[in-house]
Amino acid sequence: MEPFKYFPHTADDLQAMLHTVGAASLADLFADVPEGVRLSDGYADFPEAWTDSDLRRFFDSIDTSWDTRRLVCFAGAGCYDHYSPAVAQNIVARSEFLTSYTPYQAEISQGTLHYIFEYQSMIAELTGLDISNASMYDGATATAEAVMMAWNNAKRPRSVCVSATVDPRMRRVVDTYAHYHGIDVTTLPATAEGTTDRAALDAALAQGGVAGLVVQQPNYYGIVEDFTGLADALHAQKGLFIINANPSDLGILRTPAEWGADIAVGEGQSLGIPMTFGGPGVGFMACTDKLMRKLPGRIVGQTLDSRGQRCFVLTLQAREQHIRRQKATSNICSNQSLMALYATVYLALMGPSGLRQVGELSYAMAHTLADRLVATGHFRLSYPTQPFFNEFCVDFSGDIDALRSYCAERGYLAGVKVNSATIMFCATEQRTPQEVDELVDIINDYIKEKEAKA
Amino acid sequence: MNKTLYGKLVFELSKPGRVGYSLPNDANPAHTTSELPPHLRRAAAPRLPECDELTVVRHYTNLSHNNFGVNDGFYPLGSCTMKYNPVIDEEIAANKTIAGMHPLQPVETCQGALAIYYDLQRMLAELTGMAEVTLNPCAGAHGELTGLMVIRRHHEAQGQTSRTKMLIPDSAHGTNPASAAVCGLEVVEVRSLPDGTVDVGHLRQLLDDLGPQVAGMMMTNPNTLGIFEPRITDIADMVHAAGGLMYYDGANLNALLGECRPGDMGFDVCHINLHKTFATPHGGGGPGSGPVGVRLGLEACLPKPRVRACKLPESDDLFFQVDDLADDSTLGSIGAFFGNYGVMLKAFAYMLTLGADNIKHVGPLATLNANYVKQRLCDDYLLPIAGLCKHECVFDGLRDKSTGVTTLDIAKRLLDYGYHAPTIYFPLLFHEALMIEPTESESRETLDAFIDIMHRIAEEARQDPQLVKTAPHTTPIGRVDDVLAAKHPILTYWQALKA
Repeated sequence: MEPFKYFPHTADDLQAMLHTVGAASLADLFADVPEGVRLSDGYADFPEAWTDSDLRRFFDSIDTSWDTRRLVCFAGAGCYDHYSPAVAQNIVARSEFLTSYTPYQAEISQGTLHYIFEYQSMIAELTGLDISNASMYDGATATAEAVMMAWNNAKRPRSVCVSATVDPRMRRVVDTYAHYHGIDVTTLPATAEGTTDRAALDAALAQGGVAGLVVQQPNYYGIVEDFTGLADALHAQKGLFIINANPSDLGILRTPAEWGADIAVGEGQSLGIPMTFGGPGVGFMACTDKLMRKLPGRIVGQTLDSRGQRCFVLTLQAREQHIRRQKATSNICSNQSLMALYATVYLALMGPSGLRQVGELSYAMAHTLADRLVATGHFRLSYPTQPFFNEFCVDFSGDIDALRSYCAERGYLAGVKVNSATIMFCATEQRTPQEVDELVDIINDYIKEKEAKA
Repeated sequence: MNKTLYGKLVFELSKPGRVGYSLPNDANPAHTTSELPPHLRRAAAPRLPECDELTVVRHYTNLSHNNFGVNDGFYPLGSCTMKYNPVIDEEIAANKTIAGMHPLQPVETCQGALAIYYDLQRMLAELTGMAEVTLNPCAGAHGELTGLMVIRRHHEAQGQTSRTKMLIPDSAHGTNPASAAVCGLEVVEVRSLPDGTVDVGHLRQLLDDLGPQVAGMMMTNPNTLGIFEPRITDIADMVHAAGGLMYYDGANLNALLGECRPGDMGFDVCHINLHKTFATPHGGGGPGSGPVGVRLGLEACLPKPRVRACKLPESDDLFFQVDDLADDSTLGSIGAFFGNYGVMLKAFAYMLTLGADNIKHVGPLATLNANYVKQRLCDDYLLPIAGLCKHECVFDGLRDKSTGVTTLDIAKRLLDYGYHAPTIYFPLLFHEALMIEPTESESRETLDAFIDIMHRIAEEARQDPQLVKTAPHTTPIGRVDDVLAAKHPILTYWQALKA
């Protein structure tokens, strides 16, 4: 065996240790593995080792040699290009946080437990709800977990309603979980204005047994919906009202609690976490006190130690899989701890005024972009009567894929395609007026080139 | 680690008027959120902390000093594979181009990112002996759920909807039955023999009784006692003959790297924890990554999106595409995008750094380390099952039970000596389980020092049991009051203010 930097064993070590365990060779340690299933000589098809320099060379040139580009991002749809503070990136890289495990040993894990408690406090404050768990995989699975929670909370559940205005990428995860868990999902169609169809909800409620309703704020199309009356309608038959919210907007928008929600879930990537091709982000879940013992996932609580000091510990573990096994509230046994730290440091830096400013700048930039696109004469707001925050849909009569490719070649990500006639654009505080100008210019160039060819 | 508790909450450092950010200031915006109807806006600003930047930096730096990671010291936490998390992998994963990439970019602008994704799928398929791999799951338990959905989808597609019972050994990780329940499966427990391996006679009886209701069997191999299941191929044959599929819980895959593959043992579906076997950091509980591999014939069930390669015409180059369409075969989707891509980059860098020549030594070295610890501690600690172990070993507390010193006490005393504790009270087969997984990263000197301390604690238990029973003494906090935390839950700062 050649020396290798991740293996500290010298030839002497190997000999002495094998002697101690009474084996003649490393192969002897696998004498209990049936011959028929053993690899005789390693792997047939595995690459040769790379040096650190090989790795650096590959990744340093990934943009030029591998057609991999960071575009000026005017897209959202569940993943947002917000400012990621250097401080947050630096703190999450600290090895004491990075290389630790789930904080089972509270005495040497106060760092992790402490920031999760802060995270839970911040999520509770943003959503207006009483409590939060320690975070979940992503916004989509958090939504699916909320649906299971509502289903299991109901006495005689018949269905869980999900508005079609919820991000289809989240809905299909909900549908998948629901299918295997044995939950009937009723998808409420969207109105022509791109909002939750109240009449369809009333029809479902009239059938009875609606265990919960999931809506999104702002919804998939970017619209800030009016949820007046929904909570009361749900609660009248003991159903749970679940709002999937974008936490970045909650510095300004009405909170899930103010709408009467029992559970708030969502994707926390917008809280300063880089996009990284879609992950890792962080799912969050908050709820009312009443639902505390039904909440899935890790939860950190405050307590005292034997010396009388305030400290923090994983708590309410009687809900969890390692105690309850198949009777647990969920199978989740980790969180996205480090990403929760990202969001916590971000929110500590931003404070109420920073989060508000992020919202205002994003709002202003998105509305300016919408004005400019409509002014070209080639786009029409898909939902002109509805208020939006920093994302909006426009109808475009041309070839959306071709337009996006044209812009991408010029370094711009021109929204996401919602359907063959609709594009959804997004702007954050990261976008500058010059970038808006340039995007609009590129789009105008594209249309001119198209018209010239036609 | 700092032995003194830092203890402050960031909310307690807040002072109105301080800011920790720099954002553009648009003095004359064309639009403001005051355009939104008032009832769509929140009534009061959120009570977030107001701090300057240095205050935030110091706060979280001080907090980190009350935390213990693999870089701080030996972390023999059984079943968790706390191996070294290479620093170069962090540098690679921080790549600025990739950090700024949106998951819905046109595929022609992300060929490199997709190529890495595709190559990682292929490397994991080779290491597990599976045909195809999905990288979508975000964690081990998420992978389990996904793998079980594959099994259910497969049975559904065959019209065998009555296959709803999942056989799970009583020694299994708690996530196995929990994942099965979330997946709508009924758990049927298979007994273990006194030596900790599956009772094949009991399994035979259960298979006979359940017949066409059997969906499959979940197994960890080596099992949670660190023992290789010697009759694994017989078990797989029996379950297959009953029409069930074999699920491999990859929590303990590290033991087998270089020696054998789940696919060759007869498993149909398996998950892999990149945060265990492939050295990505655990991050205090995540983000992880739990890819799922399947044998040929099950690949159409895998969740969307999938990344596929096709040959470009008139060249040998591959073009990578994202298949994100719902079809009749897929189980559906289990996450919004591709999974925890940033974590995958670290595993990719780790695997390439090892390469074919080194990766095959991982399992044997991890196994050597575990057997070495087992052999040297079995004088003072009760070894309930003799014989070879794989990557981890399990003791049933101290041999001398007369001292009254428990496994919990030993775990807490280890903290005083600068070690993380082993996994305790799992597996449930023994009352005082103490599960040690040293991993291949640790040197003989590190193991010797740990073994010396374990012996010293055994001696302390004989001489001064109270010293051990009241441990830890030198950590930032003493033992915590779990009962108080659960009885009077205080889960936020706002609840603490009211309490």
